[in-house]
Order: sequence, then structure tokens, then C-alpha cells
Amino acid sequence: MTTISTPDTPPTLIEPGSDGRFGEFGGRFVPETLVPACEELEAGFRAAWADEVFRAELDVLLAEYAGRPSILTECHRLGEHLGIRLVLKREDLNHTGSHKINNVLGQALLAKRMGKRRLVAETGAGQHGVASATAAALMGLECKVYMGAVDVERQELNVFRMRLLGAEVEAVHSGSRTLKDAVNEAMRDWVATVGDTHYCLGSVMGPHPYPWMVRQFHTVIGSEARAQCRDRYGADPDAVVACVGGGSNAIGIFSGFIDTTSRLIGVEPAGGAAVGRAAPGVVHGMRSYLMQDEYGQVAEAHSVSAGLDYPGVGPEHSYLASIGRAEYPTVTDDEVLSAFELMAATEGIIPALECAHALAWIVREAPAMAGATVLMNLSGRGDKDVAQVMQIMSERSTGPAS
Amino acid sequence: MNIGVEEYLRRQRDAGRKLLVPYLTGGYPGWQDAVRAAVAAGADAVEIGIPFSDPVMDGPVIQEASQVALNAGITPPAILDELPGLDIEVPIITMTYYNLVHHDGEHRFADRLARANVSGCILPDLPLEEAGPWCEAADAAGVETILLAAPTAPDERLPRITARTRGFVYSVGLLGVTGEREALAATATELAGRLKAITDVPVLVGVGVSNAAQAVEVCRVADGVVQGASVVRRLIEGGADAVGEYVAEVRTALDTAF
Ligand SMILES: Cc1ncc(COP(=O)(O)O)c(C=O)c1O
Repeated sequence: MTTISTPDTPPTLIEPGSDGRFGEFGGRFVPETLVPACEELEAGFRAAWADEVFRAELDVLLAEYAGRPSILTECHRLGEHLGIRLVLKREDLNHTGSHKINNVLGQALLAKRMGKRRLVAETGAGQHGVASATAAALMGLECKVYMGAVDVERQELNVFRMRLLGAEVEAVHSGSRTLKDAVNEAMRDWVATVGDTHYCLGSVMGPHPYPWMVRQFHTVIGSEARAQCRDRYGADPDAVVACVGGGSNAIGIFSGFIDTTSRLIGVEPAGGAAVGRAAPGVVHGMRSYLMQDEYGQVAEAHSVSAGLDYPGVGPEHSYLASIGRAEYPTVTDDEVLSAFELMAATEGIIPALECAHALAWIVREAPAMAGATVLMNLSGRGDKDVAQVMQIMSERSTGPAS
Repeated sequence: MNIGVEEYLRRQRDAGRKLLVPYLTGGYPGWQDAVRAAVAAGADAVEIGIPFSDPVMDGPVIQEASQVALNAGITPPAILDELPGLDIEVPIITMTYYNLVHHDGEHRFADRLARANVSGCILPDLPLEEAGPWCEAADAAGVETILLAAPTAPDERLPRITARTRGFVYSVGLLGVTGEREALAATATELAGRLKAITDVPVLVGVGVSNAAQAVEVCRVADGVVQGASVVRRLIEGGADAVGEYVAEVRTALDTAF
């Protein structure tokens, strides 16, 4: 276990200036129509984040509505099985079942403060859509959620949840009909409705100020986890592991350890590995690593988990990869499904398929980390995925059913 | 020799003509004939879309045309290679999204355009603040970068856009993406008026100018129009002949009204 120490020149979290850059990544590549809206949002967020009244209001919501702080759970049986000390940050226990609520409560509160009456959001797995619909219901805002048609099918239950919460859900049939196309459609909506609508983006991606703002709303994960680890173990973990779609839960937990010697590991699906391919591109308002073909057409990601089915990654992750502060390995769908089952059977916790990616990497690498303390962000609960996994298992006739 | 966009459009305008620039999606079956038909019917320049996988400024019609072309395996070089052979006598402007430029490299892409007889380029997801490197590369290659101005722009922003644009200034007609609308949005003439008050560069309104009557209406204030979805829909439904007939109809309406 690493004693509490800092590297020689500890990297710190970047506070991007008005150009929205993390090193050479980030920026604001949006249609002209949206430039004033992004500027207004940046100014609104800067003012709100510096305002004690806003921060106090958000803290009350996080504590009394979302259920923060989230606990740390040590996985004794699974840890013993793997030969490591495995500690989970339980974002799955937040209201609505994932880390996404931290961000949407912040953005919805900000939207109200800025006089907006309507939220639009994109969603992949549906978790961000559910969280957005929840915050909208709580604060009396209208809400429209765009979701790829493929995802609407594999996350039926979340679609129903969103509707129950009063949101309108629109299936997106263009392009690959997954998360990236839902982002396009949400941006098209925002271009047309920018006067009274806030685009409630669900990850640390998009044009400035989103990658920075969404990170700030998730730093609560890292600051809690750091204090909890030091409190309980008197030390920082050797490794901090999280799954990466756009990268919000990962940056949230990384933020608490950026200036320590803990390894930071963001796990991507093998079929949606933006960082691994290491080609910078520009889409969805940001310059970041991007899966693309030889002409710059954005490639389609493929992952068993709808929430990670995204060909890009937030710009700060590209930056952390480029300076070598964080690592971005990949795992396969098969490894993920095994990890999903393993955690359920050994710990009585059904993880979301997204964070089963983080566990899959830990399972694979555990032999090389014997005795280490590994902190994993359990970004969401797996209830939404149970039907899909059941179907996969019955097709393969494996798993508990057989 | 490529025909300068601004030089050509100013000459046409100063001769008392309203400017008509139809948009066609490159790579959609029959696009080359459609471009020729549009020019023969009186277009003052043509805008050719190079399809991109994630076209955030486009509505359903142009999205569909782009997707058809991409599904058929059409690449950006395949479209550019066709342009010199079109043998048309008005400026060619390409419209695409920034990642295709970024991926190729600014200078390489600008040179590619220049070699393909392209005089101007529109990148709707590259706003003023991010446009510097591309604009420099395009200037160096002799390609005019046409910037967009949107109805949401505060007054102080517009002069910065008109100062940096080349060719003309693309006055976005409404809050929204490309596509046909029943009526012209009030923003179309409003923004064109704000731009006309501060610049002598040609002001063309595009996005949401959907038929001949709307073109006439907007040209009471603007120097001309860019028409996209209404042209592409005709390409999809009726091919090059339908495009030619439609452009001729708008041309006649403009020439009669002004
Ligand atoms: C539980 C869970 N974890 C992770 C993600 C991926 O998002 P991000 O990389 O922004 O944390 C999602 C997205 O839907 C999710 O639902």
C-alpha cells in the first residue's frame, strides 16, 4: 500500500481557461449558434461554483436527496480470491443507482439559476437519462431525453423509468443509433431551443465548459474516497480503477488522487477504445482521442455495455494519457461478463456492466498486484442490465440458469 | 484557375443580381449531373457537401443524403477528384465538418481543395475562436473560408465574423439545423439586416430558406440565399432534372422580383 506521499512534481487538476484546453485537448468546436450559449454557461457556472449559497444548496441536495456521502465497501471474499485488498466506492448506492446524479443535480440547479425551463439530455445506458429526468422532476423542469434506437431496445426498463418520471424519450435512428448519435440529436435540439433550454450533458465531454464543469460536479467522489481511504487505511490506494465511457466517474474518483502516487487506471471496452488508438479528432465539440477511419469519419463503438458504447473520450483523459499520469487499458465483453457474475456471486453486489469493466481489468491484473490495495469506483448498480445479461447467458447457455 | 468566390459574387451582386447558391450532397447518386443542372439553371456558385458521419448542423434530409453516400463507400477524395471534371463556370464551395480537415491536416486538406478547383470552404462546427489554424492554411492555399453568423450572436461578435470571413458571410436563417420550414423565420431577415448594416461583404442567408417565395422574401434584405434541404430533397425524389427545374424556378422568382 502506498504511504501518503506525493510525486516530485505532483500534477494537479487543470482549471481550463477561456479556451477550454487541457493541454492540446478540449476546446469549443460548436456551431456558431451555440457559442454564446456556451459562453453564458461558462460564466454562469463560474459564478455559481464560487457562490457559497449555490454550493450549500447543492450539498444539501447531495446529502438529503442523493444520499451522499457514498460508503466504501471492502470486498473480503473477492479480495481474498484475487489476492489483493479490493475496496469499492459505492456510487451504485446513490439515488437513481449511479454516479450520474452528482452531475445532474448540479446542472439542473445551475439551469434553474440561469432561468432555463427545459433540459435536454442524451443517454446511452439510460442512467444519465434517468438521472436527468429525476432532477427535472425534482426541480420542476421539462425534460427531453435522446437515446439511440439500439439502446432503447436493450435498456427498455430505463426508458419506462424516464417516462414515469415525466420525461419525453425520443429514439434516435440516425448513424450507429447509439450514444454518439444521441449526442448529435441532443445538440441539434439545443441549436434550435437554446433560449430557454439547458443541455444537460452526461459526461466529461463536449464543448467547454462541459468537461470541466461536469468534472467539478463529480470531484465529490474523489474527495470523499481520499478522506475515507486515509481514515480507514491511513494510506492512499496503490491503484484507483474506473471504467471510461466519456470518463465522468473515472475523472471524479481520479480527482481525489491526481497529486498522489496512486496508479490511475481508466478501463475502456475493447470495442470502444478511444485512448488506445491514440488518434486525436474533433467531434461533439471537443478535440480528444477518437476512434475514426483513415478519412476522419467517426467509427462505431461496440460494447456489451450501452453506457460505454462511445467512440470518443473526455479531453482531460486524453491529456492525462498524453502526460502519462493515467493508463487506459481495455477489456473484452467476455471478461466483463465473467467479472459481472463473479462480483454478484462472491459479494452479493450486482454491478452495472459499465463498472464490471473496471473489475474485469482488476481480475486480469490481480496476479501482478498481489497484496496491493485497489480502489474501484462502482459507478452504478446492475439492475438495469440483468435482463440483457440473462438473455446473453441463455443464448450461450452458461451462467446460473444452466 | 479557381474563380474567387468573393470577387465573383460581388460582381454579380453589383450588376443588380440576387445571389443564388444551391447546396448538393457530394456522393449522392447523380450529384454531378445535379450540380451541372443547378449551374445551367442560374446558380451563382455551388456548395458541395462532403459527407461526415456526425453532421450536427444537418436535419433529416441532408443527413439521409449523407448517409446514403457514406454507405456507398464514398470518401472525401472520391468527391474532390470529380470536381475538376464538372467543368462549371461558377465558384465551387465545399461544406463539411472540421474533423475531416483536422484528420488530414489543415495544410494538406487546403491544398487538396485548391487542386480540386474549390474556391471556398464552409465548416459549420468550426466557430471563430477555433478557426485560426484552418483559416491561415486556407488563406495560404487560396481557399476562401466562409464563416457563419448566427441569430444568437451579440452585436460585438458580428464585426469580428465579417472581418475574418472570406467569400461571403453565411447568415444562419434560424435557430436550428438545415431543413425545410413552412414559413421564413423572423430571424432570417433580422440577422441579415444586422449584417448588412456593418459589412459590404455579400450577405447570404442559409438554413431554413425553403422555396422561391421565401428566397424572394429574404432577399429584400440579403444579397442572396443558400438553399440546401429543398434542393437535396429534389435530388432524392427526382434526380438532376428536378434539381434543375427547382433552381430555375427560384432564379426566375428572384430575377422577377428584383
Ligand atoms: C453506471 C455507469 N458507469 C459508467 C458510465 C459511463 O460514463 P462515464 O464514463 O462518464 O462515467 C455509465 C454511462 O451510462 C454508467 O451508467
